[in-house]
Amino acid sequence: MSNSSTLATDAGIFERLLAGLTLPPGSAAPSQPDWLKTLRSQALEHVSGLTLPSTHDEAWRFTPLAKFSSPSFQPLRAPSPLQADDIAHLTLPEATTRLVFVDGLYAPQLSSASLQAGLVLGNLAGLTSAQASTLEAHLGQHASFQDTLFTAVNTAFLQDAAVLVVPRDSALAAPVHVLFISTQPGVASHPRLLLVAGAASQLTVIEDYVALHAGSYFTNAVAEVVLQANAQVTQVRLQRESTQAFHMASCAVSLGTASRYQSVSISLGAQISRLDLSARHTAEGAQCTLNGLALISGEQLADTHSFIDHAKPHGTSRQLHKCIVGGTAQAVFNGQVMVRPGAQQTDSAQSSRNLLLSKQAQVNTQPQLEIFADDVKCTHGATVGQLDSDEMFYLQSRGLSEGVARNLLTYAFGAEIINHIPVASLRQQLEQTVLEQTTGQP
Amino acid sequence: MMIQNSPTLLEVRGLRASINGIEILKGLDLTVKRGEVHAIMGPNGSGKSTFAKVLAGHTAYQVTGGEVLFKGKNLLELAPELRARAGVFLAFQYPIEIPGVGNSQFLRLAYNTVQAERGKDELDPLEFDDLVREKMKLLEMSPEFLQRSVNEGFSGGEKKRNEILQMALLEPSLAMLDETDSGLDIDALRVVSQGVNHLANKDNAIVLVTHYQRLLNYIVPDYVHVMSAGRIIRTGGKELALELEERGYDWIEAEAAGALA
Repeated sequence: MSNSSTLATDAGIFERLLAGLTLPPGSAAPSQPDWLKTLRSQALEHVSGLTLPSTHDEAWRFTPLAKFSSPSFQPLRAPSPLQADDIAHLTLPEATTRLVFVDGLYAPQLSSASLQAGLVLGNLAGLTSAQASTLEAHLGQHASFQDTLFTAVNTAFLQDAAVLVVPRDSALAAPVHVLFISTQPGVASHPRLLLVAGAASQLTVIEDYVALHAGSYFTNAVAEVVLQANAQVTQVRLQRESTQAFHMASCAVSLGTASRYQSVSISLGAQISRLDLSARHTAEGAQCTLNGLALISGEQLADTHSFIDHAKPHGTSRQLHKCIVGGTAQAVFNGQVMVRPGAQQTDSAQSSRNLLLSKQAQVNTQPQLEIFADDVKCTHGATVGQLDSDEMFYLQSRGLSEGVARNLLTYAFGAEIINHIPVASLRQQLEQTVLEQTTGQP
Repeated sequence: MMIQNSPTLLEVRGLRASINGIEILKGLDLTVKRGEVHAIMGPNGSGKSTFAKVLAGHTAYQVTGGEVLFKGKNLLELAPELRARAGVFLAFQYPIEIPGVGNSQFLRLAYNTVQAERGKDELDPLEFDDLVREKMKLLEMSPEFLQRSVNEGFSGGEKKRNEILQMALLEPSLAMLDETDSGLDIDALRVVSQGVNHLANKDNAIVLVTHYQRLLNYIVPDYVHVMSAGRIIRTGGKELALELEERGYDWIEAEAAGALA
């Protein structure tokens, strides 16, 4: 494809994205506070100044968006009337609070919100103006839209959002399940999640993207996660979109003093998926653990870009990212770790491990360490390989067929990440998915 | 035990095998009958472990000549898993660790696969649990090892016990133990040897690949073979192992070279 035709196609998708800025009928235009309107118009200004990234942009080198440019995505025309039975298979028994968005629209009949004093587990449009006003300091303040087209578009579109505000010193015993469901092909949706964990609070959240059809659609998701001092948050991010979908996402985490953040990001679906995950240590002594697994096959592409920003001293970060790639699929991992001047006693370890299941499968992995402090401990490493022939032989020598041996080893490779998920029913579901998805790989 | 007129289990004739173009086995002959215990000894690099792996079907090795008959059938044309199901078992010198796969799950999968091949009933997890705990007593293994991942974080001795546990479950006709004694302390050696002796019977055969005479105090061989440069150059009774312990391998290699010249 020549450059000129790439540009022409880019302009097309871009106009279509902007055309989608109108509100879907059936969703009464919420009366948004002035600060939110201002935020959205600022984002819209940036949208018009930005272009769709191309492989000439360093951050998109291995992720061409040509396929994304061809289909036409529309805003939702008519909401799907889903009932509880339709999503029964997606619910998690451990999660007593569930927020469900269908094709981008909040579905109160499927959700169980909790809007008590202090604690907010609900949707932005459903909040009182007093509750909403507390969000001004956070919404749009962590996920930068200044130079990121998809985040800018998400922010410009911002009609509603999943909102979790946990007051200080409170611990939620049960995980909160935030479910973004696609039911209609051709639709573009712009899911948004804001989580504010008050000082010394504790919470587990499951951010779950799933489809009830196998068609093509576009999910453009942004999450912002704020941990105030000593807060502890575990976030499971599950991308199990249709394999025809396009999933562009960013998640910006802000870590306060001595806070602890753990995430497990699983990418299974979408023909092209991209996750930009940033964790900023904004105060001393914070800890973050980022675990990731991309399990893809066929012609899928899964790209994870992470950025761990040690801006303050005594921070700890741990990252293990794994990719299992079959068919002609491609995985991309770029893991940037920045230790800023003065961030002494930073302790960071990053590992990228990749398993290629076929000769045509590809992975591009790039750890990127930038250290501007002298008293730090930082390690990183990357491996790319196929299944070990000694391991295969060991299992076969016990009577297991080559196929079963291959599946078992592949499963074991992925299970190391899945085992970090603190929700048993979800862990079992995913273990089953990995077993099924690794069956029949060439 | 040697038994009169016992049927031949394994017949190896002129076996040659290479890895990465380097020939390791250079015309190896060996006959094993049911009920027998054989020990294969020899200096480092003589091809002992290679021989065991080639019989089990390791794909890194290319067989370039000779034949292997197991129960009268050509073993070399079978994939490793089919050899295992036919009754060939290799206890590994370095058993691999498989984090993420439960030992119990793995053992049951292997057991049921082999049972199905033999037309016997497969066991559900509860039934299998009873069976495996029974077998673990024999090896003085804690049931706790069932909950862990395959060999993950096991000590050297625990890994070897786990190998013999697999042998006990799969009940092979031909068990090859590749340096099972290496890295074992005296207690572990005793337990593992007792386990192997318990499993030996008139229908199966055991081939011990070992460096040291020590193991043969516990598992007494009917035949001791000396390997050198990819062939068996001397076969004797258990007293040969004692002689090797005392005199080393040089004299026997020199004699063999002299006989050839």
